[in-house]
Amino acid sequence: MTAPTAKAPALPAAITGWFDARGWRIHPHQQEMLARADDPCTLLIAPTGGGKTMAGFLPTLAELADGTHQGLHTLYVSPLKALAADIRRNLTGPITEMGLPIRVEDRTGDTSSAKKRRQRADPPHILLTTPESLALMVSYEDAARTFAGLKRIVVDEIHALSESKRGDQLMLALSRLQALAPGLRRVGLSATVEDPPAIARILARHPDPCDILMADPGPDPDITMLRTEERPPWAGGGGKYAVDAVLDQVRRHNTTLIFHNTRAQAEIFFHELWLRNDDQIPIGIHHGALAREQRERVEAAMVAGQLKAVVCTGSLDLGIDWGDVDLVIQVGAPKNVKRLVQRIGRANHRYNAPSKAILVPANRFEVVECVAALQAVQDHDLDGDPRGPGPLDVLCQHILIRACAGPFTGDALYAEVTTAGAYADLDRATFDRCLEFCATGGYALRAYDRWQRLVEIDGRWRLRDPRATAQIRMNIGTIVDADKLKVRMRHSRGGAPLGEVEEYFAAALKKGDTFLIGGQIVRYEGMREMVVEVAKTPWEKPKIATFMGTKFATSTQLSDRILAMFRKDDWPELPQHTADWLAHQREVSRLPERDRLLVESFPHDGRDHVCVYGFAGRNAQQTLGLLMTERMERMGLDPLGFVTTDYATLVWGLKPLTDAGPLFERDNLIETLETWLAGNQVMKRTFKAAALIAGLIDRNQPGGKRKSGRQATFSTDILYDTLRKHDPDHLMLEITRREAMRGLVDFGRIEEMLARIGDRIDHVTLDRVTPLAAPLFLEMGRIPVKGHAERRLLEEEAARLMAVAGLPERGAPAAVRERGASPSRSPEVFGER
Amino acid sequence: MNGYEFELHGETLTVLPSGGLWWAARRLLCVSDLHLGKSERMARRGGALLPPYEARETLGKLEADIHLTAPEVVVCLGDSFDDLDAASALDEETATWLATLMAGRRWVWIEGNHDAGPVEISGTHLEVLYEPPLIFRHICVPGKHGEISGHYHPKARVQTRGGSLTRRCVLTDGQKAILPAYGAYTGSLRSDDAALADLMGAEAVAILLADPPLAVPMPRAAPRRRA
Repeated sequence: MTAPTAKAPALPAAITGWFDARGWRIHPHQQEMLARADDPCTLLIAPTGGGKTMAGFLPTLAELADGTHQGLHTLYVSPLKALAADIRRNLTGPITEMGLPIRVEDRTGDTSSAKKRRQRADPPHILLTTPESLALMVSYEDAARTFAGLKRIVVDEIHALSESKRGDQLMLALSRLQALAPGLRRVGLSATVEDPPAIARILARHPDPCDILMADPGPDPDITMLRTEERPPWAGGGGKYAVDAVLDQVRRHNTTLIFHNTRAQAEIFFHELWLRNDDQIPIGIHHGALAREQRERVEAAMVAGQLKAVVCTGSLDLGIDWGDVDLVIQVGAPKNVKRLVQRIGRANHRYNAPSKAILVPANRFEVVECVAALQAVQDHDLDGDPRGPGPLDVLCQHILIRACAGPFTGDALYAEVTTAGAYADLDRATFDRCLEFCATGGYALRAYDRWQRLVEIDGRWRLRDPRATAQIRMNIGTIVDADKLKVRMRHSRGGAPLGEVEEYFAAALKKGDTFLIGGQIVRYEGMREMVVEVAKTPWEKPKIATFMGTKFATSTQLSDRILAMFRKDDWPELPQHTADWLAHQREVSRLPERDRLLVESFPHDGRDHVCVYGFAGRNAQQTLGLLMTERMERMGLDPLGFVTTDYATLVWGLKPLTDAGPLFERDNLIETLETWLAGNQVMKRTFKAAALIAGLIDRNQPGGKRKSGRQATFSTDILYDTLRKHDPDHLMLEITRREAMRGLVDFGRIEEMLARIGDRIDHVTLDRVTPLAAPLFLEMGRIPVKGHAERRLLEEEAARLMAVAGLPERGAPAAVRERGASPSRSPEVFGER
Repeated sequence: MNGYEFELHGETLTVLPSGGLWWAARRLLCVSDLHLGKSERMARRGGALLPPYEARETLGKLEADIHLTAPEVVVCLGDSFDDLDAASALDEETATWLATLMAGRRWVWIEGNHDAGPVEISGTHLEVLYEPPLIFRHICVPGKHGEISGHYHPKARVQTRGGSLTRRCVLTDGQKAILPAYGAYTGSLRSDDAALADLMGAEAVAILLADPPLAVPMPRAAPRRRA
């Protein structure tokens, strides 16, 4: 943070007059932004409602007021299309009222192509856009002309962008813009974050300095944990027990946002709310899996002040200011303190009024987690994981985008991309590998000398076939959605779909299964042309509660706070029932500690159980479960399955674990990881995402539609398997392994834990379930250890179907003998091989 | 390795887990839709540079089947090459490997829609192979008996109590059979697609590729309603 500088340049009278006429004062941080208007890079950190956007645009308005600037002056980039449109409205009003000669337009995926073309030839003074649209603009041959006079770029919600590949792509695009418009100055607008210098590094042109400006954060939020008559349950995540108390809070406030960690939990809670909503309080639901029409309807009702509450997920973490929100309720432990603080900021957009929030722990363990989070908020102790170096798949896409714009030299592009903070440490050899990948595929078998994608002529790289630009442009972007299927009412001729579900969720549905979507219970009827058809059902309870959605893992910092709480002698800050529970655990076993690993073994229900308290977060604990069971399988312990929470993994099997040491030896685990990675579905999904971003495979083909009659696409799994077999050192596999260190596999956190605990493993053998392990028995999402399960399911169903259809067993399995001896019938092979 | 036997027009045929079809009485091995050179064709058209290993993958599988069955005749049922240019641009490794596999046996290339026209590769090139009582051609002709074809790349989706599972499959109604694609980089068409609906008789089964393969009634778009 820097001390306020003395004075800002005088604002044009049109602007000061506008403020005066409304009796408004320019906020100190807005003044400060004006004073720094000429700095190469500034990061403003301000709470929601602090006039952040105006602070970002004031210098632009001042510079454009005299009407002399020709062409594009300021580029504004936000993560949301809706935000760009919203800002256009909010800017155009004041600009008109001030009588300034400034043209403002937005440009997103929704903008018509005629308008887009016009914008490239004759850009407005201020252009509002998204990272993807900007990347596309940078790919055009006339980019140099479009951006020639560009002076400023404002990156909004940079805290959100900086956590994703969208941010990496944006910063690479900026490195290009900076080369086209050398005087370009950068401004980032951010909500409260734990490590402002890290964001400043990402934002600034390396090695430019970036000053950080902290606006007055306003008063501390008024945040409490909900205490209910009814005790929270031992396990689960729905928060159903608190429905009445939440309804009560909704009645007592103007507008309440009720946040959930997953879409499924939001759906279930919404359903429960309506079952108890006797006075018909208007409550809506909003999450990413709902159809766009549905979401827009809720948003409109919200803006119009027609809703008392909205049940929502991260889909409302960012975005437009909405009316009169005066309470935020977080159901389920917040998992991450920073996100909690940002969510709380959604309540009360008036500057200098405290935001009000209530945490609702969904189960007994989350009581501990909520109390830890409350303390973290009070201590202003935010969390976050450092992002690591810029991802290479995004770099590969950027190289292709650069090639679309015209020929380039490797030296110049390397110099350019290393001005992006995240790529500042990229070495030349790695850059060259990425360039090689874009040019020839980078295969050990050099197959594409004739058909290279990029060719080097006179030291400059260019597309071999200029027509390839269409294909590359169509595939710009770093958001890789899981394949989703639309859900529609059967017999509803056309009409709006209810929403979308992930393809693998749909694959697990059986006719007659009921599930929740958009707040209603529907019955699965079947699939029709890749649409999930459902019917209304009078059922009160959905049979299948969940469909997937992002599951956040508890942050390292929050886990550490919980472990720190465990060290205390007693817990006056916890409700009595929770304090008693922890005391009981300490009595019969022990409480987990930060620098040790607690492993409990006990028999239950005729099986032997092992519970490992790694506190590594849900994704890492799940990976740990997969690695442990693989290891136990080899140790002959016959594991049958496991279940995971953010703090522990419970494995059950047929034989007891006597020595925990070998199970957690670092070398063993890493070796197991290597074999496990081979066939793992999570890895294949990780590979697919990287392959799409890097341009190894195309999402979209020019000419649009899939050929009828034949499925032209084939599974990317085969590419992964093929590369592993024939080209194990290929760049795409290396990228996949790097990605596996975080995200769904999150191996980085397991490594960190193993390094921390060393050989300090406390293996406690008991004769019964311990208090801390008990909730795991109630957790959903048990994962069986896979053997020939799929084969058995298929056989079972095949036999049944043939019998039902009355089809004679026309054929029979036959053994084909080596060297082609005549085949003979051997029905016994029909069973287990 | 285990196969699955069925009767076609009076002949006994065996579906191999790989998707190949073995006619033991004639010592004939039939595979369909190899699509060799697919990655080369995509690259040539300026698209993605796929791992150029599909020929290794596909020929490796074919070599294993040949080793297992020791056929006197091998029939490639069309679309063996992703296009004619791909056929003439085969790299040395693939060409040599093919020649090794072809040595000492009769080898029939049936013409497909992707590789229609003259191909500069040894072996017999035919539009249709008559091997009474069976006929081998690329695209199924409705109403023909004893016909074995490819082209459609069929797969079938089966609902089990653990959710649905999808596998490539051979479709057959006892009079004709449609083979799945054998090539590594090939997609598939679901058996309930309209294009396949009228080609098979009511009693058709889908023999799912697995080890060993197994049969289910051919999944169709409009299942019979049961009370």
